[in-house]
Amino acid sequence: MGRLRRSMLFIPGSNAAMLSTAFVYRPDSILFDLEDAVALREKDSARLLVYHALRLPAYQSIEKVVRINPLDTPFGNKDLEAAVRGGADIIRLPKTDCAADVQRLEVEVERIEQACGREAGSTRLMAAIESASGVVNALAIATSSPRMDSIALAGFDYVVDMQTQRGDGIELFYARCSVLHAARFAKIDAFDVVFPDVNDDEGFLKEVALIKRLGFNGKSLINPRQIELLHNAFAPTEEEVRRAERIVEAAEKAEREGLGVVSLNGRMVDAPVVLNAQRILELAKPAYARS
Amino acid sequence: MEITKEAICGTLESNDLLVKVAPRNELEVVISSEVMRQFGVRIREVVEETLLQMGVTRGQVVIEDKGALDCAIRARVQAAVLRGCECDELNWGVL
Repeated sequence: MGRLRRSMLFIPGSNAAMLSTAFVYRPDSILFDLEDAVALREKDSARLLVYHALRLPAYQSIEKVVRINPLDTPFGNKDLEAAVRGGADIIRLPKTDCAADVQRLEVEVERIEQACGREAGSTRLMAAIESASGVVNALAIATSSPRMDSIALAGFDYVVDMQTQRGDGIELFYARCSVLHAARFAKIDAFDVVFPDVNDDEGFLKEVALIKRLGFNGKSLINPRQIELLHNAFAPTEEEVRRAERIVEAAEKAEREGLGVVSLNGRMVDAPVVLNAQRILELAKPAYARS
Repeated sequence: MEITKEAICGTLESNDLLVKVAPRNELEVVISSEVMRQFGVRIREVVEETLLQMGVTRGQVVIEDKGALDCAIRARVQAAVLRGCECDELNWGVL
């Protein structure tokens, strides 16, 4: 099983205090935001804050993502210079509408990697889908570059583009499924939208249960409070762990006895079931367990 | 780099700092900090090193520090200087 990526915490790039301390929350990934969270007149300063924060030793063990401004703005390319030179693991491109958007980003990343002596190909890319066009082109976007690492759905702009608004989730259903299928086809990760009401734990957990069931790797978060709730919701229950242990034991026994398929409590246990059980046991390890 | 106009960057929030720059014939660095006694020497080192990297040899630089980390000090000083020099392009090679 690859590294878990349940939580991606957004930190405003212009907030020196949060940039200096956000690592203490231990999200799976941390996203330094240079786009919507930063006022126009602070773009220059935020870019430098993020560049230096990326180099902090405290962040070296956390996956670091930088959301740049779109490349067709006066800020996009400058943000990219700061992010790639600073050592961001992943660049999140907002408002990705088609494969060409990613390919244009890829050319710029390659140029900067070469200019600063960074290993070629070491900067991965995440496309944020925020429009009907992005959703329709999700598969082309997901497969647009070998650097593509993940795809993220961004709800606010998407529902505006669709002439609707956030509600019980039905408004995002097609987009979630579309983005997720594209990601799974391309063998990359998929992140769900931000849940905006930080005081509504019940609503948050309901949404987390839905996206976990659909198969998302994780979710974008705007408040550190949501990290523990999310990690707990993604951790398997005791019952799931016990069942997974029984399945793995039965599969091991069958292998020893030279049997291909085994039955457990009247249900067939084949390779995909065993694989899923092994994944659950991995998730139950102390580092990922419920708190 | 030549500071040609007054400029300001940063905030007075905790863990941040406010940097003001202005044109002067000589280099003058004024620092006040809530943690002056413990970290005053280090703050001055970081500020002066940052100015040196950017080739700033003249101008007034006033720092009001609220316990910022080195990374925030460097970033705010750099941004203030760039604003004061009316310079939009950063030479990443010197950072």
